[in-house]
Amino acid sequence: MLSVSGLSKSYGERRAVDGVSFQVQRGQTVGLLGPNGAGKSTTVSMICGLIKPDAGSVTLDGETVTQGASAAKQRLGLVPQDLALYEELPAIENLKLFGALYGLKGVALNKRAEEVLALVGLSDRAKDKPSTFSGGMKRRLNIAAALLHDPQLLILDEPTVGVDPQSRNAIFDTLEALKAQGRSLIYTSHYMEEVERLADHIVIIDHGKVLADAPPAELYRRLPTQAALQVELADTDILPAELLVASLAGLPGVAGVRRDGVSLDISLHGATHAAPVLRWLDEQGHTLAHFATARTKLEDIFLSLTGRTLRD
Amino acid sequence: MTAIIAMIRKDLILYLNDKRALMLNLLMPIVLAAFFGSLFGGSGSGNNSKIEIGLVQQDSSVIGRKVGDSLKADANLSVKEMSQQEAQDKVRAGKLMVAVVIPSGFGDAAGQSLFQSGSKPELPVYYDPSQSTVLAMVKGLLTQHVMQGVTGEVMGGSATGAKFTDDSLKRLEASPASEDKEALVGLLGSLKKFQEREAAKPAKESSGGGGLSVPFTTKDEALSSGPKYNGYAHAFAGMGVQFILFMGIDVGIGILLARRMGIWNRLLAAPITMSQVLLSRALSGAMIAAGLMVAIFFAAMLMFKVEVTNVVGFALVVVAFALMTASFGLLIAAFGKTPEAARGLAVFATLILVMLGGAWVPTFVFPTWMQQLTVVVPTRWAVDGLDAMTWRGLGIDVALQTAGVQLAFAAVFGALAIWRFRVQAR
Repeated sequence: MLSVSGLSKSYGERRAVDGVSFQVQRGQTVGLLGPNGAGKSTTVSMICGLIKPDAGSVTLDGETVTQGASAAKQRLGLVPQDLALYEELPAIENLKLFGALYGLKGVALNKRAEEVLALVGLSDRAKDKPSTFSGGMKRRLNIAAALLHDPQLLILDEPTVGVDPQSRNAIFDTLEALKAQGRSLIYTSHYMEEVERLADHIVIIDHGKVLADAPPAELYRRLPTQAALQVELADTDILPAELLVASLAGLPGVAGVRRDGVSLDISLHGATHAAPVLRWLDEQGHTLAHFATARTKLEDIFLSLTGRTLRD
Repeated sequence: MTAIIAMIRKDLILYLNDKRALMLNLLMPIVLAAFFGSLFGGSGSGNNSKIEIGLVQQDSSVIGRKVGDSLKADANLSVKEMSQQEAQDKVRAGKLMVAVVIPSGFGDAAGQSLFQSGSKPELPVYYDPSQSTVLAMVKGLLTQHVMQGVTGEVMGGSATGAKFTDDSLKRLEASPASEDKEALVGLLGSLKKFQEREAAKPAKESSGGGGLSVPFTTKDEALSSGPKYNGYAHAFAGMGVQFILFMGIDVGIGILLARRMGIWNRLLAAPITMSQVLLSRALSGAMIAAGLMVAIFFAAMLMFKVEVTNVVGFALVVVAFALMTASFGLLIAAFGKTPEAARGLAVFATLILVMLGGAWVPTFVFPTWMQQLTVVVPTRWAVDGLDAMTWRGLGIDVALQTAGVQLAFAAVFGALAIWRFRVQAR
């Protein structure tokens, strides 16, 4: 459906995007990830026709997306990271405006505005100004404004920034409903658990280049560790700390050990290796205050690809 | 077209919902224009304001009293008698622009010195140094009243006049012989006979000793093609232009805020061009500007009897000014980096524009070089155009000229703005 091919963009000497390519299939949700300054926003801006690429192209169902009155834009919806709403314009008027930009008018526009307000649960606040809304309500209206023209592809740039868990959940319900309707989504976020919940394909960008482009399951398989075991010891005086870490690292199936006081973070090649590790600790005479196992997270994949160095 | 209409509609709703902006753009120019209009002569129906002066009357002679009474009777002056100390204190404090002292013995000394050279009696005049123009006007009027008072007394049939003539003749006779002496003795002899004849007449037949007076009067005719001059018309034009330009700044700041808030990107993500977005903002800004100007002049017509003498011409000038204002707003948005920085700079630029454009005081009071310089200031054409279509009562040709120049400025501003926006979008 969407084909991003060899996109490049430079600002002076700085290459913000360097040959980015990926595809979005119909009904697919793609999580677009990257650290700050990786080139995500520039890529999204080029996909939406806000910035002209130096090289490469964006096509939607074979039609090129360009700046200006490109017909392909009619099938795209953008939910910007900012609350891009007129705060002093009633919610329904905001929606009518953004609907009219896509050619909707009259009864059809009014009907559609009411439908999307209902979809995001704001029907009873139609005549109120966004300046009187909570952060979560504004975020929902921000999404609604991108849905007026019934786009086939919805691009969401960090749509849940600064909202409480209830609003986040409500937004996810809306997005999952859209996904169920067969719409394609591109979702950028720094909240990895959100992307894990929603995306069925992940694209990770850093330094303007695509580092990974695969379904989540395939990305997990690429990692040397598949599971994690967190242990909190009740005592630390059985074995010296350095010896304990070295001994654990030498056990079969253990990929790495990090110690922080009485807490141990043990990376495993598979969840089946957790039981022998716990048994070994018991045999050494350690008492466990708490333990938990977890599957490797998307964040681990992200950090393994982009590193742990601060970007800001 | 649907998109452009929707964006214009949005701007109009937002503007009308912003009661504070509406108050600032509509009420403030009316209040300030009412004030400035009264300074510029109001609606022209009332009397001109009098110059208030102080009079220290120390001379009780006939001439001294005549000069004092004559000053009090002058229609251009409002004279208050006071002590010398009070006069000095009030002038020093800025509560009085000018005070005239008629010192003791002034009348006699002035009468004596009419036909002889040598030292003249002095009239102390105290004045506020910031009011030198008023000093010149008062001195002119004082000259007239003193001459009239002194010569009236000398040439009339009064005993004082006869005594001055006798004294002058005695001094002349004691002086060395010359041709001038003979001529002056002859003149004073004739004057003495005239005085004796006047003195012999019954009081009602006497000429009354009018003395020397200014040998002309002026017939003042205010010339304009329009109705009677109305100072409010210019004041409303000036203040209207100023505050509507402030509204134009808000047009630009609104775009900068939309960019900061991400609304700009949301608009441009739709299948519309940047030119359409800018055009809609310019049109909505122009509609608001034109509506404000019409409302401001409507108030001027209702409250201060300002007349629009050429409705079509007025409409042309207003529409051209409205478009110029809107494109000025786009220019601010195009070259402004942040809303805060752009607002400060734009307000400064606007104040310079309205000052040079004659919005505060008419351009004809400017020095000639500045009047020539302000031809390149768009607000000058707006104010001149509005003046022409109101109290000057000029024709459609002037409206076309002033509107045309404003439209040219609008085109230049708009083209620069679009160019800049396109460069930024690359």
